[in-house]
Amino acid sequence: MSKSNFTRRGVIKTGAVGGAALALPQYLRADGHAGFTNAPGDSEVVLGFNVPQTGPYADEGADELRAYELAVEHLNGGGDGGMLNTFSSKVLDGTGILGREVKYVTGDTQTKSDAARASARSMIEKDGAIMITGGSSSGVAVAVQALCQEAGVIFMAGLTHSNDTTGKDRKANGFRHFFNSYMTGAALAPVLAAQYGTDRKAYHLTADYNWGYTTEEAIVSSTEAMGWETVNTVKTPLTQTDFSSYIAPVLNSGADVLVLNHYGGNMVNSLTNAVQFGLREAQANGKNFEIVVPLYSRLMARGAGENVKGIFGSTNWHWSLQDEGSQAFVRSFGTKYGFPPSQAAHTTYVQTLLYADAVTRAGSFAPCAVAEALEGYEFDGLGNGKTLYRADDHQCFKDVLVVKGKENPTSEFDLLEIVEVTPVDQVMYAPDHPQMGGADASLGECNNGA
Amino acid sequence: MDQIIVQILNGLDKGSAYALIALGLTLIFGTLGVVNFAHGALFMMGAFCAVILSRILSASYKVVDESQTDFLGNPLQVDVFYVQRWFGDAAGATIMDWAVPLAILFSIPVMIGIGFAMERGLIKHFYKRPHADQILVTFGLAIVLQEIIKYFFGANPIQTPAPDAFKGSLDFGVWLGYEANAIMYPYWRLVYFFFSALIIAGVFAFLQFTTFGMVVRAGMADRETVGLLGIDIDKRFTFMFGLAAAVAGVAGVMYAPIVAPNYHMGMDFLVLSFVVVVVGGMGSLPGAVAAGFLLGILESFASMPAVVDVLPGINQIIIYLVAIVILLTRPRGLMGRKGVMED
Repeated sequence: MSKSNFTRRGVIKTGAVGGAALALPQYLRADGHAGFTNAPGDSEVVLGFNVPQTGPYADEGADELRAYELAVEHLNGGGDGGMLNTFSSKVLDGTGILGREVKYVTGDTQTKSDAARASARSMIEKDGAIMITGGSSSGVAVAVQALCQEAGVIFMAGLTHSNDTTGKDRKANGFRHFFNSYMTGAALAPVLAAQYGTDRKAYHLTADYNWGYTTEEAIVSSTEAMGWETVNTVKTPLTQTDFSSYIAPVLNSGADVLVLNHYGGNMVNSLTNAVQFGLREAQANGKNFEIVVPLYSRLMARGAGENVKGIFGSTNWHWSLQDEGSQAFVRSFGTKYGFPPSQAAHTTYVQTLLYADAVTRAGSFAPCAVAEALEGYEFDGLGNGKTLYRADDHQCFKDVLVVKGKENPTSEFDLLEIVEVTPVDQVMYAPDHPQMGGADASLGECNNGA
Repeated sequence: MDQIIVQILNGLDKGSAYALIALGLTLIFGTLGVVNFAHGALFMMGAFCAVILSRILSASYKVVDESQTDFLGNPLQVDVFYVQRWFGDAAGATIMDWAVPLAILFSIPVMIGIGFAMERGLIKHFYKRPHADQILVTFGLAIVLQEIIKYFFGANPIQTPAPDAFKGSLDFGVWLGYEANAIMYPYWRLVYFFFSALIIAGVFAFLQFTTFGMVVRAGMADRETVGLLGIDIDKRFTFMFGLAAAVAGVAGVMYAPIVAPNYHMGMDFLVLSFVVVVVGGMGSLPGAVAAGFLLGILESFASMPAVVDVLPGINQIIIYLVAIVILLTRPRGLMGRKGVMED
């Protein structure tokens, strides 16, 4: 009969000593106690892509995710390198970020602030994501940006157009490449005045949430500065699908322009209803009645079909741009997925590259070092010409595209034509502009987390 | 005055959709005693029948056109539509243009089939279970159906236009002596209203003037006695489920040009349609139709800027406010029968 030498106490002691010995190298590792949240190991770094995979903006979210995957592929040295070849900064060499292979986790925002915060929190706490990026809604972006500020990680905003993201709700850990409502107003108003004259009366239908308010405010203010009059502004519920009750009174209101401050499905339905009610063919005040859609996206234009023809709006980027950076991105994306990228895909791809570049230039993943590298950074070759990441509010300043629905599209992607590239000087504003939260708006302190 | 007429007209077509869905809900509840939360999903499936037929009719093959290039600079692949190849350019274009009206013929057998499959495959197992169980299972089914649609068609709305012949608006105001543009009303919405009226009349006539309808009505009044007379009432009720599904389906097909179909549209209508059924009176077909139109028109009025300015947010709660008032004053709804859902 054999006798075992193991005792319960002995096993616990051995286990504790062994565990501590195994944990020691982890603790002593370079960034293991670097004083910031989710410091990466030596071999890999995890990014968190938080996009709407379900809900009304799921198509935008899917395109964002494609772009993120392409960016990760390029950062890790795969594919043709895309915009890494045209980016003015040359520190990214296809070996990941600071020599660490880029890995990613994804979350579903469902286009709901609480769900988006929950998925971002899970990616930070469970998956060790060091940077969160994504979003197809300003409500979501503002909510997730605040969470990242508290958690001490960088937030690189995806498609969010509300002034508030880098206006009254700006945060030191948050950065936005996409343009905003103010820029739309500043770029669009002169084109509208040139096309339709300065003696116009506008009627606004506005989505009843954060983005709708700032867009309405921006368009009202910049068109009134051109001499237009605002006849009425009506808020429409975000869940509305049939806008007939809102469209029907427009023609009889004395207005001769309808501005649809709607995005996604709202815009598709309100524009369709407006066309059905004959607004495109109507005459008012002795002029042709006109419709304006301030924020356009190709995915939306596709949804609205023929109804977008000849209608003016603005966009952050379009695949038909002929600069080197845009062409490189369209080639990479188109070859991989078979169709051109949307503006949502473009901004998220660029944000990932900008983050990787900032980390490399800073030589550290520490959020405050990365933020410092991004602040006041000027770059080129990423599709929008010369661009500045302004230090005061973490907003990118670049040219804005004014577009209109194409009359004779040659393919299902060829729906918008660029009417004007508005120079950046025309869309620039002071960091304490009243539409951006005024003098009270502040980035606060950068947070490295624990 | 002209604004009031405009909102009445708007309310009529919204009310038509509510009435058609509520009619189907009431038919199912009255015959099978099931509270069918998947009925909105059937309306959505109907709208997608229009999308599917439109895609079938637009099926094409690619021909490389060396003279043009695509976005990557490769030779452009041009779509050639099969219907145009088979029937000629003009006839083919007309067939594609009339996809939505043609989809009515396509949707009826499809929706009856879906209705049969739902009833025989799932819902019949829940007849003897409490209403809460029926609600849960049909609500779950609705979610499954909409997720299937989203998987295949995406989350964004899909434009499904009416035929060119029905594009544009009727200047209704000129007929009534108002100036031009005062009361515009899209042709397709008029078509929708008359189509709904026809369907509602057809369902009532079917129940009122056919032997089959008489047996169904007898079954609704006293299922047990009809069964004792040797009539297989279950088979007839299953058919009624299929009919209700087809009514929701054609309502969806015709609605597709009014609001671009998306996977979620059924849920948007479902809650309101239940309110319509409750306001109309559980189990009352005329009640469902009357309440559908009443609430549709009230909702339109509440969305008028003049009203919203005075009472902000009223457009979103008016239907529920009216439902509360009606249920407080007439607990069985407008035309509710005694004994329905009161056991």
